[in-house]
Amino acid sequence: MQNIQTPEYAIETKNLFIFYGSFPAVSEVNVKIEKQKITAIIGPSGCGKSTLLRAFNRMNDFVPTSYVTGEVLLQGQNLYGKNIDPVEVRRKIGMVFQKPNPFPKSIYENISWGAKINGYKGNMDELVEQSLRSAALWDEVKDKLHESAYALSGGQQQRLCIARTIAIQPEIILMDEPASALDPISTLRIEELMQELKKNYTIIIVTHNMQQAARASDYTAMMMIDDKRSGGVIEFDETKKIFTRPKDKRTEDYVTGRFG
Amino acid sequence: MNANNHYPQNEDFRRELGGRYRTATIWQGLFLSALLIAIISLMALLYNVVDGAFGFVAFEYKNDPAEFTSTPLAELTQAELATILKDNLSSGAYKKLENETPMKNRSQAELYTLFLERLVQLDTKGTWSMTDSLMNGGKIRAEVAQKYPDANLEFRSWLTPQFLVTPMSSKAEFAGVRTAILGSLWLVGIAILFALPIGTGAAIYLQEYAPKNWATSIIQTNINNLAGVPSIVYGMLGLAIFVRVLEPFTSGSLFGVMDSNGRTILSAGMTMGVLVLPLIIINAQEAIKAVPDSLRQAAYGVGATRWQTVWHHVLPNALPGILTGGILALSRTLGETAPLIVVGASTFISLDPQGPFSKFTALPIQIYQWTTRAQSEFHAIAAGAIIVLLVLLLTLNATAIILRNRFQRKY
Repeated sequence: MQNIQTPEYAIETKNLFIFYGSFPAVSEVNVKIEKQKITAIIGPSGCGKSTLLRAFNRMNDFVPTSYVTGEVLLQGQNLYGKNIDPVEVRRKIGMVFQKPNPFPKSIYENISWGAKINGYKGNMDELVEQSLRSAALWDEVKDKLHESAYALSGGQQQRLCIARTIAIQPEIILMDEPASALDPISTLRIEELMQELKKNYTIIIVTHNMQQAARASDYTAMMMIDDKRSGGVIEFDETKKIFTRPKDKRTEDYVTGRFG
Repeated sequence: MNANNHYPQNEDFRRELGGRYRTATIWQGLFLSALLIAIISLMALLYNVVDGAFGFVAFEYKNDPAEFTSTPLAELTQAELATILKDNLSSGAYKKLENETPMKNRSQAELYTLFLERLVQLDTKGTWSMTDSLMNGGKIRAEVAQKYPDANLEFRSWLTPQFLVTPMSSKAEFAGVRTAILGSLWLVGIAILFALPIGTGAAIYLQEYAPKNWATSIIQTNINNLAGVPSIVYGMLGLAIFVRVLEPFTSGSLFGVMDSNGRTILSAGMTMGVLVLPLIIINAQEAIKAVPDSLRQAAYGVGATRWQTVWHHVLPNALPGILTGGILALSRTLGETAPLIVVGASTFISLDPQGPFSKFTALPIQIYQWTTRAQSEFHAIAAGAIIVLLVLLLTLNATAIILRNRFQRKY
């Protein structure tokens, strides 16, 4: 993927539809995600938030009947273009999942594996330390790097998953409700971490937690299903505006808790 | 209207609750009796086998041992026995024995067997089961004394160390299961080596690569059905394919082994391999299915290819389950009889299998063959061989389970 232009956006969708079989689960999405900002995707259950997020790194490819129309542009290049390998897409756009899913290996190997398979040639110890430091986990695990990742708490596991993603040095990090399985203190740590990470990365986060979106994000995309049960982005703006002066009545109802 | 009115209250509720508990107790009793029936059946089977393998035996010496030696039989040494054999056997017969294994390398027990078999010519007149021998000892003694005045009556175990290391013989007293044990081990080895890699490969393809379409589902259905095909049908398949069509390969003539046809250990082992293939595939598929999707997504999420995901994460995590399938296949291979008969196991063979191109026999074949004989002493050694088979089965299974648990990750 070479640079065609110098884009001001990290990722941009043009008339994006995501189908499961013949059903458009997500319709007509046109969003421009700012670089080095945190963009939250909010909306009621089943409105296609996760589907949209997964379209950004082609994780939906694993759903047998799914396909997309329209474009997802990363630096001007369509991720669904003919010559694009989804493995390369996922290498550039990392993902953190809803439930912490470390590999059943040691903490060290959790980080080094992604680097190894992607042909990392530098000093592995350094990379592991640096990634764990970036994920604010180093001090807690530096003495047990070779112990099982499963011995960590849920919050630590999720930060390990973030460290694992950082280690392959992606351009964008996708987070699919990364704190929904965690307690409030661990959640707060993840949010603080996100603020730290946005200095270097663009972050897109799906969340059910309205306060989290309001607290932690710079931009917010509000999604809702239409009368044909197909999801779409009904409003996309700075988070401040979405939560204080939404343009759409449905957004206002949702963020004020009157709906959804 | 108050919903409470529709529910039984206090006294009524307690009475109904009592009824619920009674039903539960009846079912629990039924399940317990099912378990007891199963346990009793197993005990009966074990008792039956053990009962046959021990007991009184009445035998006569055709030639009086005193003709050959003045030493009491129990005190004969290895050297004495070797001398007796040399002096009394025809020189041709002695030379033949010496050529098979030199006398000085044979154990005392081995020479003693030869002495009884060739010179004294022991002749069994009757055998009794363990229960019979213990309960009606006096009656048996009287009966033997009356019918065979020259016979000795002895309580013996048909399962002896000697039984394990002696090859087949036409006389039950001197027969052993050495050839059959070796044959069975070869069969299991070949079948597992053949079926485990192929079955695992097929399972990986079906689970991780195959598109979900009608062709895949037809293949899947067929694999599931193949697991239920009677084993004799696999025997026919083995006969047609491995024994006949692939004869140059299975007989070893391609590799310069000239003195055999397609009825070899290799043919039988591969037939067994095909027989257990569906079992291994289905088990491996289940094991692969049980690997959580979150793990695959984690791997894909850091830019792994499908192969890297399968090789580094799916397979290691599915391995214990895959090996469980291997253990089931192992037990099945050890116990199957029908396909071996069709593929052409030898019923009388006293030479150890030398390699994959040897003729062979196996424990179930040997047991089957012995039980069909009229003489009761063959039934006794069949019971002994069944115990050997069961112990071998348990040993191999235990080994496989220990191996599998080693692979099991500690995470």
